[in-house]
Amino acid sequence: MVKRTSMDTKLSVKLGKLNLKNPVILASGTCGFGKEMEGLIDINKLGAIVTKTITLDKREGNPPPRVVETPGGLLNSIGLDNDGLKNFLFEKIPYLEKLKMPVIVSIAGNDIREFKKLAKELSAIPCVNAIEVNLSCPNIIHKNAKFSLPAQDTKAVGKIISGVRKMTTRTLFAKLSPNVTDIKEIAKAAEGAGADAVSLINTYPGMLVDIKTMKPRLGGVTGGLSGPCIKPLALKCVRDATGAVKIPVVGMGGIMCADDAIEFILCGASAIQVGTANFVNPRAGLEILEGIGKYLGRNKMKNIKSLIGKLKVEG
Amino acid sequence: MQQFKAKILSNKKIAPDHYVLSFKPPKAAGQTTPGQFFNIRVSNAYNPLLRRPFGAHRISPEKIEILYKVVGKATSILSAKKKGSLLDIIGPLGNGFKAPPDASAAILVAGGHGVAPLHALAASLTAVPKVVALIGARTKTHVISENEFKGLGAKVHIATEDGSKGHKGLVTDLLRKHFNRQTGKPANRQTIYACGPKAMLKAVAKIAREHCIPCQVSLEEYVACGTGACLGCAVKTRSGYKLICKDGPVFDSKEIIW
Repeated sequence: MVKRTSMDTKLSVKLGKLNLKNPVILASGTCGFGKEMEGLIDINKLGAIVTKTITLDKREGNPPPRVVETPGGLLNSIGLDNDGLKNFLFEKIPYLEKLKMPVIVSIAGNDIREFKKLAKELSAIPCVNAIEVNLSCPNIIHKNAKFSLPAQDTKAVGKIISGVRKMTTRTLFAKLSPNVTDIKEIAKAAEGAGADAVSLINTYPGMLVDIKTMKPRLGGVTGGLSGPCIKPLALKCVRDATGAVKIPVVGMGGIMCADDAIEFILCGASAIQVGTANFVNPRAGLEILEGIGKYLGRNKMKNIKSLIGKLKVEG
Repeated sequence: MQQFKAKILSNKKIAPDHYVLSFKPPKAAGQTTPGQFFNIRVSNAYNPLLRRPFGAHRISPEKIEILYKVVGKATSILSAKKKGSLLDIIGPLGNGFKAPPDASAAILVAGGHGVAPLHALAASLTAVPKVVALIGARTKTHVISENEFKGLGAKVHIATEDGSKGHKGLVTDLLRKHFNRQTGKPANRQTIYACGPKAMLKAVAKIAREHCIPCQVSLEEYVACGTGACLGCAVKTRSGYKLICKDGPVFDSKEIIW
């Protein structure tokens, strides 16, 4: 009989109630609703996917141009373009429920009521294994809010996460913004309100200007910066957050290859998300997965757990 | 649609800023139709980070040709690639031109390297009795594919901005002239197919509307994923935002909100 122990459990991680066969997750907004990756990769080999953020009602999204490149980075202003909850339930769920790995649905609301309604409705769907609460999209305007993002305000984070928590027993992720004074305080607020994990970082706000036309390069004027150029900033946020909370931290921000992913895991991330890399190389997630396995082998580590947070800081 | 590595069969300069590159597509990538594109990674480094989309210029089972203009870093890197080196390609992507089976005439309007997908289209219009290619360029040295269109049996008219070849002015002047000559004659079963700068396409769409001629335009926008995942390449249409990569790049010109 073949010994199955090593490979099956070597890379598995637990986030809240969610058991992932490996720590590689495709990030929200970069893999559509799974179907968009069909023909390019076998996504069932990955740990999980996070869907494009859905909102209660359809959102048209921001005017084009919506994406523009900068050295080592991608600036986007999509504006949560999605067809709303009802469309998601009828058009996207049939594909998602056929997947053989966990599905994490990203949600965003204009107010607490919408967040709660989304969480409640989604909790009735068996294939929705977890909910990632997007508190940090830089491309939408929150009316009457003191801060431009819920993720910039410990009170708003607490209110939204505890509201959603009451509506669902599914694993709950809070997706955080790096654009804050102290990420530790925000992560603690999410933990205190009942989040099972925090995922960070969302994109950095930024902009670019076309000096020929003297116009902003994005239709939405400002956007969110992702890609390899933000990795050092993201690593710092992830390390800060893992030091502040007991719940798992899902790390992301510019992960392009296995080495990048391992840096995040060393900084304390229990799992990682691959985002912009999917556009550059759809196979990035699978290659990262293979690379993490090889790294564990090279370093004679029994499993991924012996790597999480093992950053060696002298003195 | 598939991600594949293809060997460059040739990469030649054909005009001051323009190159034609050819590669062999794998069978599994499927049939390519005129107007579809390939999203190509030109470098393993992260600058440029994203792939670049290139429309098929010439299509055969053994060989796909793309025609491109060197406009920035990515195309400059691509132009330096040697025969035999490998390219990381995703494609064929998007929806191409739709040729009505009973068409009496096809009018192709190309601005600059907009000739790229229109050449592939012209090659596929063997059943259309009359194919007219109107090509606009900056100067005579920038006129591309004139002989290729002629070789396919198309009637070619040129416009250059400096008047160094053909009509002095814009390619849309040629299109107006074409229809003015037709005044009084029935204009049915003709289709305009256009590719070029957005301002040109907008003008072509207006002329098409005035003469009640169906018109298909191939649009350009920054494309990130190329597969409909990122929703980055949105274009405003009468039925909301559509994606260049998945719904296009070819659209009915009436659908576009210019």
